[in-house]
Amino acid sequence: MRRSMLFIPGNTPNLLINGAYLGADALIFDLEDAVSPDEKDSARNLVRNTMKYMDLRRCEVIVRINSIDTDYWKKDLDAIMPQKPHLIMLPKSGCAQDILTADAYMTEVEQRLGWEKNTVRLMPLIETALGVENAFAIASASPRVAAIFLGAEDLTADLRCKRTKGGNEIDYARGRMVVAARAANVDVYDTPFTDVNDDEGIRVDAEYAKSLGFTGKASISPRHVGVINEVFSPSQKDIDYAYEVMEAIRLAHEQGRGAIALHGKMIDAPIVARAQQTIAMAEEMGVGKAADHE
Amino acid sequence: MNNKVVSSLREAIELTGLKSGMTVSFHHHLRNGDYVLNMVMAEIARMGIRDLTVNASSLFDIHAPLLQHIENHVVTKIQTDYMSGVLGKAISRGIMETPVEFRTHGGRPSDIELGRTPIDVAFIAAPAADGMGNCSGKYGKSACGSLGYAYPDAMNAKKVVVITDNLVPYPLLDWSIPETYVDYVVTVDAIGDPNGIVSGTTKITRDPVGLVMADRAAQVIRHSGLLKDGFSFQTGAGGASLAAAKFLKDIMLKENIHGSFGSGGITGYMVDMLNEGCFQSLMDVQCFDLKAVESIRTNPRHQEISASHYASPSARSAVVDSLDVVILGATEVDTDFNVNVHTDSNGYIMGGSGGHSDTAAGARLSMIIAPLFRARLPIVTDRVNCISTPGRDIDVLVTQAGIAVNPKDAELRQRLVDAGLPIVDIHELKELAERTTGAPTHIAKGDRVVANVIYRDGTLLDTIRNVPAK
Amino acid sequence: MDIIKKASAGTLESSDVYVEIEPGTQGIQLELESVVEQQFGDSIRALVQEVLAEYGVENARLHIADRGALDCVIRARVETAVARGKGE
Repeated sequence: MRRSMLFIPGNTPNLLINGAYLGADALIFDLEDAVSPDEKDSARNLVRNTMKYMDLRRCEVIVRINSIDTDYWKKDLDAIMPQKPHLIMLPKSGCAQDILTADAYMTEVEQRLGWEKNTVRLMPLIETALGVENAFAIASASPRVAAIFLGAEDLTADLRCKRTKGGNEIDYARGRMVVAARAANVDVYDTPFTDVNDDEGIRVDAEYAKSLGFTGKASISPRHVGVINEVFSPSQKDIDYAYEVMEAIRLAHEQGRGAIALHGKMIDAPIVARAQQTIAMAEEMGVGKAADHE
Repeated sequence: MNNKVVSSLREAIELTGLKSGMTVSFHHHLRNGDYVLNMVMAEIARMGIRDLTVNASSLFDIHAPLLQHIENHVVTKIQTDYMSGVLGKAISRGIMETPVEFRTHGGRPSDIELGRTPIDVAFIAAPAADGMGNCSGKYGKSACGSLGYAYPDAMNAKKVVVITDNLVPYPLLDWSIPETYVDYVVTVDAIGDPNGIVSGTTKITRDPVGLVMADRAAQVIRHSGLLKDGFSFQTGAGGASLAAAKFLKDIMLKENIHGSFGSGGITGYMVDMLNEGCFQSLMDVQCFDLKAVESIRTNPRHQEISASHYASPSARSAVVDSLDVVILGATEVDTDFNVNVHTDSNGYIMGGSGGHSDTAAGARLSMIIAPLFRARLPIVTDRVNCISTPGRDIDVLVTQAGIAVNPKDAELRQRLVDAGLPIVDIHELKELAERTTGAPTHIAKGDRVVANVIYRDGTLLDTIRNVPAK
Repeated sequence: MDIIKKASAGTLESSDVYVEIEPGTQGIQLELESVVEQQFGDSIRALVQEVLAEYGVENARLHIADRGALDCVIRARVETAVARGKGE
């Protein structure tokens, strides 16, 4: 379950060691924008040791390495991959070739470690006009890609438009990202909402992203994490329906029926898949059927 | 005598008949900007008076010259509610023969009124006064707002000297302490440094861990069953506590809840809550920032209260007895919910109860906000180094790793669990803290008592030992 | 390979540690100043020695100003200072 992803600057001990307490499903340890060029080595060592020695509780760890047009990214992977992050975030992913380049080196590191290929998955960060146009190619470039992530700050600079709270300027990119991700059968994450003091704005923005089909949303403020988790969690109604679907299937199997209907509506494979997903999330959240509470 | 103004501080001291072995008292409304305590003690020292007890509602770093007076036996005993690090460190090193007596902001006026700690001469710094001694903290270049802690001294000392840098024609309007209690008035150039008296603004924390704790604290209040019309609230001026007050305000406004009062040391955040309709009034014993001073001067619903009215356990009732929720800090909390706010992690005195144990005793819900660890020191421990507030008066501990509820509050615990808040056992927090930081080597304690911590009812709560030199 | 030049890593912020290392000739000369000296001084010194040994540093002078860093942070900062001091 990955509803919220919280950015943590890679060279700030106080935030790294407290990250796991901030409520996010996943932490993004950032070696890229949050770290100045002369501290790249220091941040890399700090993130590696934090991953190795700190109890990060139930948080997934994602590491944003430096982009493949820098001298840092291979060293980043050398240092970080042995700690088995859940995902590597590759910034400035512009085309399928970028993914293949990173993929090839990750495979090399995996071989060195004696690991199976694709042990560590990839989440390309799409933050350029070219990247958006190539979103499907990026998402489907390699089985290593597990998700794609929209970065609206750099994107709007590339688009030469202003980043606004309403976000009309990124509507096309958001829609295109979701379609590309779903077509490639990977997850898709929305850009952070950057006004850390706007408690209502974050909710509106997260609800909108969810309505478009995003899997979850990143955040630069721990205060936004709670709202993001709430918005991207299945509702009790969703959960109850999912259990009903599974129960209907069980009954149909028992009775040897092929076609299954629930409330007069045919249940097909996508509905079942969705129900299973919802139940998995509910179980992870510790939420059961409504009846369990009574 | 057509007024009480005397020509010099020395003359005033002489007129009071102050002698060696007596007790002098001071209030701390000028906080770390106070000039008055130092100026009075320097004059007393020059006059050759020795062996005095200083009873001050709090002592700050600016009062470091006291160390010299201690060394010269001008001062041989200290009674106070709070002592910051410079003095605290020296006291902890064992420079005084007689242990410091720590009381609470409610215990101090109670003991003064009951005659347990009689005051011979009270010196009252006054930002505004007239020639007969009517005085106020609300006006003048050294304005500090409320003079709450000075009331018991003025009303009970054998002699009372008002010291002001703002003498106004009789009668001072809107006085706080009336002339009926005052013997002499002295004018000086400055009673304090405005920069040290009040903060320009007190600010909520920007630390993400602090914000997460503040958010949780606000949620605890929301689901406590106490947040409804008539709600009353107090919070300290720490960054996370203020953030909690801000988040609480957002909830109250959104849910249209009209509270009764906010109390205690007042900051601009509490003033905002008053002005935006969260409270009917503020009960102000002390102002922390300029916004609070401005408000108490101009808004009749922002009321000054005396230390006794605030928190005295022997008063027929005090504001803390009507308090629903208080948010407090801690330097250490133990698994019995005992709280230390007196000593730091190395055993040195660096604080004091202030109103901590008074509000904890009075409020229906007493909540501590504290991180699991500060830098590398675990905050949740097996046993605090000093009990400032007993665990029986603490209901909830909010940390970044979860919320612990005192086992005595089973119903509250269930409410919070039902609300989906992350409730954990306090022993789990202790283990988590220690697992993260590593187990600290226990600090060495000396064999001499350097301070006694006296609970609000006058009983001895704990003792503080000296810190041996390495 | 030993330390060939003076180098540093870390900061003086809370929960961090500032490590300065320079070439030495008389084994490891370690000067530690820590806000948690009483509680963790000995364990910090042992950890620093351990990291230096791991990286084969036999001679060096270190000045360490600790602001309450956890072990993983101390380890990271010492490693960075060593790597920088070796000219890596």
